[in-house]
Amino acid sequence: MRTTRYAAAAVAALAALTLSACGGGDSAESEGGDAGGETVRIGIKFDQPGLGYDEGGSYSGFDVDVAKYVAGELGYTEKQIKFVEAPSANRENLLSNNQVDMIFATYSITDTRKETVDFAGPYFVAGQDLLVPTDSDITGPEDLEGKNLCSVTGSTSAQKIKDQYPGVQLVEQPGYAECVTAMGGGQIDAVTTDDIILAGLAAQEANAGKFKVVGNTFSEENYGVGLPKGSDKCEDINAAITKMIDDGAWEEAITKNTEGADYTYNAELNPPTPAPCA
Amino acid sequence: MENYLSLFETYNVPAAFWVNIQLSFWAAIWALAIGTVLALFRISPIPSLQLFGAAYVNIFRNTPLTIILAFGFLGLFSVMQISLASDLNISLFRIAIVGLSLYHAAFVCEAIRSGVNTVPLGQAEAARAIGLSFLPAARLIILPQAFRGAIAPLGNVLIALIKNSTVAAAGSVATESSGLMKTMIEFRSDLVIPIFLTFALGFVILVIPIGLLTTWASRKLAVAR
Repeated sequence: MRTTRYAAAAVAALAALTLSACGGGDSAESEGGDAGGETVRIGIKFDQPGLGYDEGGSYSGFDVDVAKYVAGELGYTEKQIKFVEAPSANRENLLSNNQVDMIFATYSITDTRKETVDFAGPYFVAGQDLLVPTDSDITGPEDLEGKNLCSVTGSTSAQKIKDQYPGVQLVEQPGYAECVTAMGGGQIDAVTTDDIILAGLAAQEANAGKFKVVGNTFSEENYGVGLPKGSDKCEDINAAITKMIDDGAWEEAITKNTEGADYTYNAELNPPTPAPCA
Repeated sequence: MENYLSLFETYNVPAAFWVNIQLSFWAAIWALAIGTVLALFRISPIPSLQLFGAAYVNIFRNTPLTIILAFGFLGLFSVMQISLASDLNISLFRIAIVGLSLYHAAFVCEAIRSGVNTVPLGQAEAARAIGLSFLPAARLIILPQAFRGAIAPLGNVLIALIKNSTVAAAGSVATESSGLMKTMIEFRSDLVIPIFLTFALGFVILVIPIGLLTTWASRKLAVAR
């Protein structure tokens, strides 16, 4: 009986130790901020090839490359970066609950979002465009009358089509991968969203040579770095972005991540000058 | 508060719920029909039909609904190019109803079978004794009593169906409520929590009357023994 009691006490003590160890780890992480032994938690997309893509533990894409460069300029080594998935609908919550330190996830700067989060950047100006099969003769949204167009449920791109091109038959899917698969089957004539996302999809190995980005953008999306409200890192991040553009790493990152997609970014708007911090 | 109310001017929330109600209504009718036939198969004296019923239930009950509906879009619509209407969105709406019906038919079948278990064996023996063969016995004696015993579990299936109708977004019915919720979050990120609560409340309002009604009906209609 007594041994049982001792055993129980030992187990309880062990459990308490383990739990407190976990707690300690968490609090060290959430303090974040200044470099030196600390990790920085960066929110990215995990499901967008060419921008933020989870390749079984390692991450690739333009957003990831910019994030690594900026984190490097802020004094973090690559090992100190912890990438966290930031799906579109969760980005504001992740920032305001302090679950990530910054977000590089095709995050367009808008006035509504500025009410809840701060932005550094922009580091890229994307525009809504169309992805079509290589032999298609669609050259812009005007050609879509009566055609089947696919976009993601609840996205800005889908809403824009509904508002401005009501004659288009819009199909909404949970992700762009489903749209592209459906276009491969021939029932969908075009997929629409920001040009660089389309370029990333077209550059995927499985899609090589099948699709092309039309290159006729009809909106302007400023991709910024999402920061918690009141963050003091905005100036430093802007300086890092400017440096990245000036030393050619920015250009290199775009070229590398859209290779094989026959894509050129809108040179009138890119590379952008980061906006002054609020 | 004003901010919140302005949401309802920009976005038609009741219309989105109406799409869910339509999806649920048609899927409930088809699921009830298919599920009743499956239950008949499972209690029939013919082994091949029993096997078919059991196989159907086990396959559809154990497949995630998202996969069934995504298959409706990627498989039936994109690859096999099946069209159920000339208008693209109506066609996708019907494909989603097919997916929802096939999935919930498995649950309806099991609910009815649980109702059959409430019918004493003596009823079936008595039916056989007065010369009824399987189908007339099922139609006149077993199923009427089984349905009255299965009202509560059938109500549960209906409640699950209403909530599951949001998965139709995976089958490209983007006008339903979870699709509208995504749009609202995309454009009004300053009101994420109120938007979530609005849709949660909407479903509570839809579902609670059904729960009350089935509980009342199952008491009222239970076969007194």
